[in-house]
Amino acid sequence: MSFISVFDVIGPNMVGPSSSHTAGACAIAYLAQKMNNGVLKKADFTLYGSFAKTYQGHGTDHALLGGIMGFATDDIRIRDSFVIARKQGISFSFTPNDQETELHPNTVDIRMENEDGRIMTLRGESLGGGKVRIVRINQVEVDFTGEYNAVIIIQQDRPGVAAHITRCLGDHQVNIAFMRIFRESKGETAYTIVESDERLPDDITAELMVNPHVHDVMLIQK
Amino acid sequence: MKDFKNAEELLALCDEEQKPISEIMRRRECALGETSEEQVQERMARALSIMRQSVTAPLKTSVRSMGGLIGGQARILDAQKESGRELCGDVLSQAITYAMAVLEVNASMGVIVAAPTAGSSGVVPGLLLSLQEHGSFSDGEIINALFNAGAVGYLAMRNATVAGAVGGCQAEVGVAAAMAASAAVELMGGSPRQCLDAASTVLINMLGLVCDPVGGLVEYPCQNRNAAGVANALAAARIALAGIRQIISFDEMLDTMYHVGRRIPYELRETALGGCAATPSGCKFCHT
Repeated sequence: MSFISVFDVIGPNMVGPSSSHTAGACAIAYLAQKMNNGVLKKADFTLYGSFAKTYQGHGTDHALLGGIMGFATDDIRIRDSFVIARKQGISFSFTPNDQETELHPNTVDIRMENEDGRIMTLRGESLGGGKVRIVRINQVEVDFTGEYNAVIIIQQDRPGVAAHITRCLGDHQVNIAFMRIFRESKGETAYTIVESDERLPDDITAELMVNPHVHDVMLIQK
Repeated sequence: MKDFKNAEELLALCDEEQKPISEIMRRRECALGETSEEQVQERMARALSIMRQSVTAPLKTSVRSMGGLIGGQARILDAQKESGRELCGDVLSQAITYAMAVLEVNASMGVIVAAPTAGSSGVVPGLLLSLQEHGSFSDGEIINALFNAGAVGYLAMRNATVAGAVGGCQAEVGVAAAMAASAAVELMGGSPRQCLDAASTVLINMLGLVCDPVGGLVEYPCQNRNAAGVANALAAARIALAGIRQIISFDEMLDTMYHVGRRIPYELRETALGGCAATPSGCKFCHT
């Protein structure tokens, strides 16, 4: 069981009205923007389950948009996120989907498009009390909570890549708390998620990229 | 330091160390959260400052909620105080006003501290800040009380649930009131055992309460229920401080609350399909 902090109980500090529908939504989008390398131009959100039904009354839309611009759950600018996004030239849309009902009740798909044309999609779930997890990145099923410092490596599924990753981390004296590999299918794109208690060195990205099978690296510090 | 898994182990630790619940919880946070005492104190002080903002702001300016179901209640209650026709006594009266104020802030996208959830965020600050005003307690003492409340809420999170969708309102406002009751007892000089007796009493008295938000929004009856939470907490703390023991322990009540919660029909667990939400008046705000 993961550690329950006193600030999980007396907290999170948050813009209301709902820890799952507002703070959780913000936290998912906040993680998404941390995973996105580049300048965001367009964000499209597809809402499922209870999110789809009650997103307006809970400010889920404001919270998602605030999160994608890097606002924390207690940032009062969430209220004005529509206006701020327009000023920053970020276009956005919200689409409720009540057809797919097999998902977790508070699920959102986020599609981010950057100025350089790069597109990234991910799916997040709001689990209650402001806790969240990312369950899909670019169509690959993953499991990632952002509770630790993490590095996510997008790679070709080839022998030796995992060894390269652990060597890089080892050289930097990074103690790995959790390490998991997710892949589309054999030989295709794979995602390695490494989580650590300590902050990860910023130059680890360049070193990981040295391996030709590593396509991209996302560094997500707590 | 070894973690405590239930109220019994918490009491044993208090006994062993001759420390109040708040101190055990603070030490636990430092040790297991791998952080310093200064940092946790600072974070809790920040929570307290948000709480203070959220109990007072609606007394001056009332804001309509996102869903339009609430707004202005705290101001009305506060004005009533001036009339001199006060029914509840100062502490309870102020606590009700404050608790309802926080829900107004929450429902209008203001900043609050979930305690343990946003829908139940009025109870703990409502009671503790009213007690501070009427009992002249220092901020340091209120911060201690928040650690005490945190210990009770942690046990509920760990061994039961604090999600209305899982366990009904008893798991949200019920647990918040249990936290507030225990914190109030410590603040008033009660023993750790009396704290947990008060927490147990609250769960006994709020057992089975359903979660039935009108229109699916965290507004109504949530705001009223937060007022009920402080009243329940105060009654329980009063009983415990008089030295009256409870037959059923807090651990047993958490267990029972969880089991009862899971037996609450789906319609009465935050789905807005039953209870207040399904009354003819409540249904005018239905989404579908």
